[in-house]
Amino acid sequence: MEKFKKLAGVAAPMPLVNIDTDMIIPKVFLKTIKRSGLGVNLFDEMRYDREGNEKPDFVLNKTQYREAKILVAGDNFGCGSSREHAPWAIADFGIKCVVSTSFADIFYNNCFKNGILPVVLPQDQADILMKDAEKGANSIIEVDLENQTIASSDGEVFGFEVDPFKKHCLLNGLDDIGLTMEKEDQITAYESKAAQMFPWA
Amino acid sequence: MSTAKTLYDKIWDAHIVHDDPDGTCLLYIDRHLVHEVTSPQAFEGLRMSGRKVRAPEKTIAVPDHNVPTTSNRNDGIDNEESRIQVEALDKNAKDFGVHYYPVSDIRQGIVHIVGPEQGWTLPGMTVVCGDSHTATHGAFGALAHGIGTSEVEHVLATQTLIQKKSKNMKVEITGSLRPGVTAKDITMAVIGETGTAGGTGYVIEYCGQAIRELSMEGRMTVCNMAIEGGARAGLIAPDEKTFEYCRGRPHSPKGASWEMALAYWKTLFSDEEAKFDKVVTIKGEDIAPLVTWGTSPEDVLPITGAVPDPESFSGGKIEAVKRSLEYMGLEAGQKLSEIEIDTVFIGSCTNGRIEDLRAASEILKGKKVKDGMRAMVVPGSGLVRMQAEEEGIAEIFREAGFEWRLAGCSMCLAMNPDQLAEGERCASTSNRNFEGRQGYRGRTHLVSPAMAAAAAITGKLTDVREIQ
Ligand code: SF4
Repeated sequence: MEKFKKLAGVAAPMPLVNIDTDMIIPKVFLKTIKRSGLGVNLFDEMRYDREGNEKPDFVLNKTQYREAKILVAGDNFGCGSSREHAPWAIADFGIKCVVSTSFADIFYNNCFKNGILPVVLPQDQADILMKDAEKGANSIIEVDLENQTIASSDGEVFGFEVDPFKKHCLLNGLDDIGLTMEKEDQITAYESKAAQMFPWA
Repeated sequence: MSTAKTLYDKIWDAHIVHDDPDGTCLLYIDRHLVHEVTSPQAFEGLRMSGRKVRAPEKTIAVPDHNVPTTSNRNDGIDNEESRIQVEALDKNAKDFGVHYYPVSDIRQGIVHIVGPEQGWTLPGMTVVCGDSHTATHGAFGALAHGIGTSEVEHVLATQTLIQKKSKNMKVEITGSLRPGVTAKDITMAVIGETGTAGGTGYVIEYCGQAIRELSMEGRMTVCNMAIEGGARAGLIAPDEKTFEYCRGRPHSPKGASWEMALAYWKTLFSDEEAKFDKVVTIKGEDIAPLVTWGTSPEDVLPITGAVPDPESFSGGKIEAVKRSLEYMGLEAGQKLSEIEIDTVFIGSCTNGRIEDLRAASEILKGKKVKDGMRAMVVPGSGLVRMQAEEEGIAEIFREAGFEWRLAGCSMCLAMNPDQLAEGERCASTSNRNFEGRQGYRGRTHLVSPAMAAAAAITGKLTDVREIQ
């Protein structure tokens, strides 16, 4: 997995609340057996018309947001299904950080496995970044994972919380299967204890 | 400090393989359910790193999302991508030696219906699946939740999951339900109360008299939609009904092992002194038959209500409601019982079990689907379908004018050919009314099976209590 340390880029504003995984990546694109190439279908039904033409008023179709690296979104982002196709599509598009007042649990977890940093901010701070994002290409937002800060283009700096283990993995691009494999002995020990206590399981 | 534990605490503690000082735990997984959509990349990952499935005997795979529900499906799947996905699961199940119920097997069905039916899901277990509605299995007092594909690979390789504990929420439904009100209405009422993000960060334990009075099928319906309220999982403490349901299932314990399991299962309840971080109480008798009017499961109202005014909401929800009313083709103030529908879908892991089909058929007995309507029943598994045929329920549906399909997810998410057309309006017993969920620009109203049957008869969203 790619390391995430610092990021500076244009942020796309999507103030809508409850942006669900069906909006992020509609189910027709779940039929793939690969992880890559989903970026063109990110927000597909909002982004293209039935004939596949871009809808000019959708945020990611506007010139200033085509290279967006950050997304600032309304409350409860990523609700719905567990499909990891959602973060795959976001990352493949080039967005590496999503800011919201809250995220759905499974989506939040899935982000970290794919080099995306989800940042939770209180409403007033998220509002400031949303306004900033609306300014378009001239407003560069900066994210610093090591120091857990996000800065608006005007230099206003907000701190954010992130789980230390998840932070460690993201900073170092670690694959957690490898880390867990190192605990193989403990897993085996648990299994023999469980075989006594819960033989039916 | 009190040593009183919630049910969630007890299950959690029994599965800790390793815990770090910061609260990160390695949790052991007892059952891993797998379907064709969220697993191919995980198996591919195993192959690429030369890893095996650690516990194939605890891993159960079944194709459900993509499978056609028409009778000719054993001839093969037309859609090439769907076929490739199902074939990939066929191959992965074989190569890695996990339990498998292929399309041709009578036991095939929606993964969350097959698991309990086959006795894979048992009280006190940890159950995961690359699917958010894994919450369903919480009805057994099992800690069950959805995971992403990277985590599917993690569980396949290690039979564990890296987790941090959630907070405890208690949702108590007091008293009894009124006639015409069902488990689906309970679970929608809870989401209406807490919102779709209200459960974020929590595991919910549902309790109270109305929950106790539900059958296992009803309890699964309630837990199924815990995820729609944002919760990590939903739980219901096991009781005699749970034990009865589990007894004699193909993979439930037998003999001395059963007795040992039973003794343990009886310890699975929240201690009286246990502390919950949040408590929500709803009176069972206050719950009416509910419908959704918008494109979020929190957009629920009693069938006697009217479409709300966007301006009656606050913050970002105002824009979201405007957008969803436009999408749904509805006007503020319109009576819900006057909304005309085109299609009825009965099925899904929320409401595709035998009791759901019984409830709908009770309403349909001797009646006909309104002229010009499309009405479809998709049993949750091949065994549910068989039982419904034996009980004469299938016949009632057919005579009323319903299509009687083979098992799968079907129009719950419309990955197979069962889809709504643009603008088509559906009364559906599934769990999500998101934009495009049941087909591009299709419009979904979530309801209980009885309400879906009532709507099929009148052609409108209808208060089931008014159907004689
Ligand atoms: S029936 Fe619907 S919600 Fe349930 S597993 Fe299938 S697609 Fe998901």
